[in-house]
Amino acid sequence: MRCGFCLPACPTFRETGIEAESPRGRIALMKAVTDGLMLPDQSFEEQMSHCLGCRACEPACPADVKYGQLIEQTREAIEEHTDSHRWWVKPLRQVVFKQLFPHQKRVRLLGGAMQLYQQSGLRKLARSSGVMKLLPAHLGEMEKVLPDASSKGIVQKIGSHHPAKGMKIATVGMFRGCLMDMLFTETNIKTVELLTEAGFEVIIPDTQACCGALHAHSGETEDARLLARRNIAAFQAAGVDYIVSNAGGCGAILTEYDHLLHEDEQWREGAVWLAKRVVDISDLLIRSGKLAAAQAKEQPIRITYQDSCHLRNVMRSADAPRKLLREVSGAEYVEMFEADRCCGSAGTYNIVQPELAAGLLEHKMEHANATKAHYLLTSNPGCLLQMKLGVAKHGDGQMQVQHIVDFLHERLVHNSPETGQEQP
Amino acid sequence: MLQQTIRQQLLAIVGSDFYKDDPQSLVTHSYDGTPMLQALPDGVIYPANTEQVSAIMKVLNTHRIPVIGRGSGTNLCGGTVPVEGGIVMVMHRMNRILEVDLENLVAVVQPGMITKAFIAHVESLGLFYPPDPSSMAISTIGGNIAECSGGLRGLKYGTTKDYVLGLEAVLASGEIIRTGGKLMKDVAGYDLTKLLVGSEGTLAIITEATLKLVPPPKFKKTMLAMYKDLYGAARTVSKIIENRIIPSTLEFLDNATVRVVDDFAKLGLPLDMEAILLIEQDGEPEMVERDIARIEEICRSEQAHSVSVAESAEEALKLLTARRSAFTALARLRPTTILEDATVPRSKIAEMVLEINRIAQKHQVTICTFGHAGDGNLHPTATTDARDQEEIHRVEAAFEEIFEAAIRLGGTITGEHGVGLVKSPYLEWKVGPAGIEVMKAVKQAFDPHQLLNPGKIFAKQSRKRVVLQHG
Ligand SMILES: Cc1cc2nc3c(=O)[nH]c(=O)nc-3n(C[C@H](O)[C@H](O)[C@H](O)COP(=O)(O)OP(=O)(O)OC[C@H]3O[C@@H](n4cnc5c(N)ncnc54)[C@H](O)[C@@H]3O)c2cc1C
Ligand code: SF4
Ligand code: SF4
Repeated sequence: MRCGFCLPACPTFRETGIEAESPRGRIALMKAVTDGLMLPDQSFEEQMSHCLGCRACEPACPADVKYGQLIEQTREAIEEHTDSHRWWVKPLRQVVFKQLFPHQKRVRLLGGAMQLYQQSGLRKLARSSGVMKLLPAHLGEMEKVLPDASSKGIVQKIGSHHPAKGMKIATVGMFRGCLMDMLFTETNIKTVELLTEAGFEVIIPDTQACCGALHAHSGETEDARLLARRNIAAFQAAGVDYIVSNAGGCGAILTEYDHLLHEDEQWREGAVWLAKRVVDISDLLIRSGKLAAAQAKEQPIRITYQDSCHLRNVMRSADAPRKLLREVSGAEYVEMFEADRCCGSAGTYNIVQPELAAGLLEHKMEHANATKAHYLLTSNPGCLLQMKLGVAKHGDGQMQVQHIVDFLHERLVHNSPETGQEQP
Repeated sequence: MLQQTIRQQLLAIVGSDFYKDDPQSLVTHSYDGTPMLQALPDGVIYPANTEQVSAIMKVLNTHRIPVIGRGSGTNLCGGTVPVEGGIVMVMHRMNRILEVDLENLVAVVQPGMITKAFIAHVESLGLFYPPDPSSMAISTIGGNIAECSGGLRGLKYGTTKDYVLGLEAVLASGEIIRTGGKLMKDVAGYDLTKLLVGSEGTLAIITEATLKLVPPPKFKKTMLAMYKDLYGAARTVSKIIENRIIPSTLEFLDNATVRVVDDFAKLGLPLDMEAILLIEQDGEPEMVERDIARIEEICRSEQAHSVSVAESAEEALKLLTARRSAFTALARLRPTTILEDATVPRSKIAEMVLEINRIAQKHQVTICTFGHAGDGNLHPTATTDARDQEEIHRVEAAFEEIFEAAIRLGGTITGEHGVGLVKSPYLEWKVGPAGIEVMKAVKQAFDPHQLLNPGKIFAKQSRKRVVLQHG
């Protein structure tokens, strides 16, 4: 089918207006390559990596074309054959995919190293010495908005098991994520607090691994499968009713483990088991309905929300975060124009495709600024960082960027009377 | 690939970013919305303005190179497949609204403007542009004009041709012509505007259009009527018109279509109905209420199983949007979806639906039918698999009979999608040999060297569909 309904949904098509930069175009190219009409040359590879993987084309497609699967298979095939990556991409990938994310401990070590770097004089030195200028500009910019990393993850800090407050509704396993756990440990802790407050018992199995999203989206499918198996084992052992995620990107791949392992006889059932139980934190909070209405503690504020593409297009959750935010009293929720459109972060996209990502971000910030919101809220660490970068580059200095969990936590847990933890 | 010297001339006109002949560009301009057709062009060009179009045409004319105008490539008749090679001219960069004249109620737009964006802009000014092909989210005004597209509102408001007042176009020679204008009345000579509307890129490249706008209806109501009996639904359509009620929308969906549409749009429609009618009326509130009540009576007298009126504007919009997705949603059933647009006088709807079902059964193929029943424009849609050659032949035989039946009932082979490549073998059935001769003479006058979209509309012989690739 080539109806073209997916074209208007695609950010890269919108940015360029070129058919090859559209889902329909990319599918035609994949087909041309498999049909032998075209060689899988470097320009083909480049085109495949231009795709953000935001999956906005999927809900737009009435014919139910599984674009996400097509692009992942294509990228896997490319990974197997290519030697044409720009020189720094390949080693970076090696480090990121093989060395780092599969091993939580190493991620934590890296966190520690970053912490050291950030807290010692090194960061200052690096910034003032101009070392940063040697890095590609966009990496330097990114460095500035990175939060302080931590060498201790959530389990090290607060332990694995957290009983529900009041009547227990269900037991949830928390997916802690790697980026989330390293850069946003506090957000993870607050996620647990929101959940227990809402009536859920929370277990955080320490044997869980990285979700494998970056691997799967970049064609390192075997690695993704390995990680998936480890996660299935970890959560099955924990015996949970739900698996909750607070990062759209991770949640989405978890819901697709069934597809990732559909050819794996031994793990197929477990994959379906896990995929069915995955739910985003906002959805679970809405479902429990137990949280007291939140209250903005400042003067009346204005808030807005940037969708996480994978949360919206793959997990198909767009309403829950908005509903939660609309319930915050004292805060006016304004919908941002094209909040559903990718911010350009998309995994490693802003590192590998800086120009397109920068264009997308610029447009995004025009719309963000137009809301005049005090808080711009997101549901995914990648988007969070990208939006911070956006505000730093194009903002008016008024806007704060926060993970929706942090925002709600401040206003829910600390304001709800039974915890008695009034904010000072 | 073109000769270096010709490439250089084209590059000099548009700049290196806007002429492309790399494999990617060629592949992605080798198809359109039509299944099973593909042919590579020699190059793709993106002009920025009328002067560039004219300069490009002069180069191509000198070297006798074909040119295929292209909007978003959503047409379903093979209209933009470059079957004879040549240059695909993509109009996307010419996408501005040049003027909205609130005194004359007209808009002047460039052809690459996306239809939906245009409609949204016009509506933000409190005006209304009725033509609304289901593909409007991506199709262009230029493509709509070249195909004379219709939509869900065609019954009451007419189709694209009723809203084009004037055009600017570039001939094969590179000369620029202007037809019509902001005026409502104009009988100076032949009506070249109307001739270009629906010309499918074979007479000239359209570079600007003056479009009529109308005041929006004050009020509207949407209803659904469901039938256990197909014939009852079809009879209802004829009877509404007989009763001199012209709804703004009167759409028909058969059981198979209802099922897939519901699966896509999650509307909770009952799946055991043989047919559903989606009816909308707009206008002054009293008139709308009266018409809807009267239509409800007619539905019931034709044994409608249930009749319900949409509670809210959102619900109505959801229904209409679901209907607009019908065609693509059908693609969920089988790998290849072939949709046609046989059209009959609206009193013959019931007969035509029965004919389609009979023919499908005879050839053992699955054909779902939906369409703009109110204007007689049906979309019999075959769900099939292009890898099965034998089945595809049966599908082709079935469609041939369907076109025949349409003409026998006083109808036509295409109501809105155009002739293009796919229906060129059948055009003569509709217009007769003398009709074809006159059309060819017109073509000769505009495009003596047959450079504009060659291979379209006029069949070389009574050729069948070319199967190059499965869709
Ligand atoms: C899902 C779906 C639903 C559809 N629903 C409808 C519907 O409800 N009603 C309907 O009528 N059609 C419908 N269509 C068919 C199609 O969308 C229309 O024909 C539309 O007008 C094509 O617009 P386009 O911009 O994609 O043009 P294209 O497909 O790019 O071109 C169509 C024709 O116009 C010519 N052309 C394009 N631009 C120019 C120009 N500037 N100058 C000269 N010639 C030009 C091309 O050469 C070609 O012959 C549908 C198609 C799809 C895929
Ligand atoms: S992917 Fe879906 S929406 Fe896009 S062209 Fe194909 S069928 Fe249409
Ligand atoms: S995943 Fe996103 S960027 Fe990629 S083709 Fe789909 S809509 Fe476009």
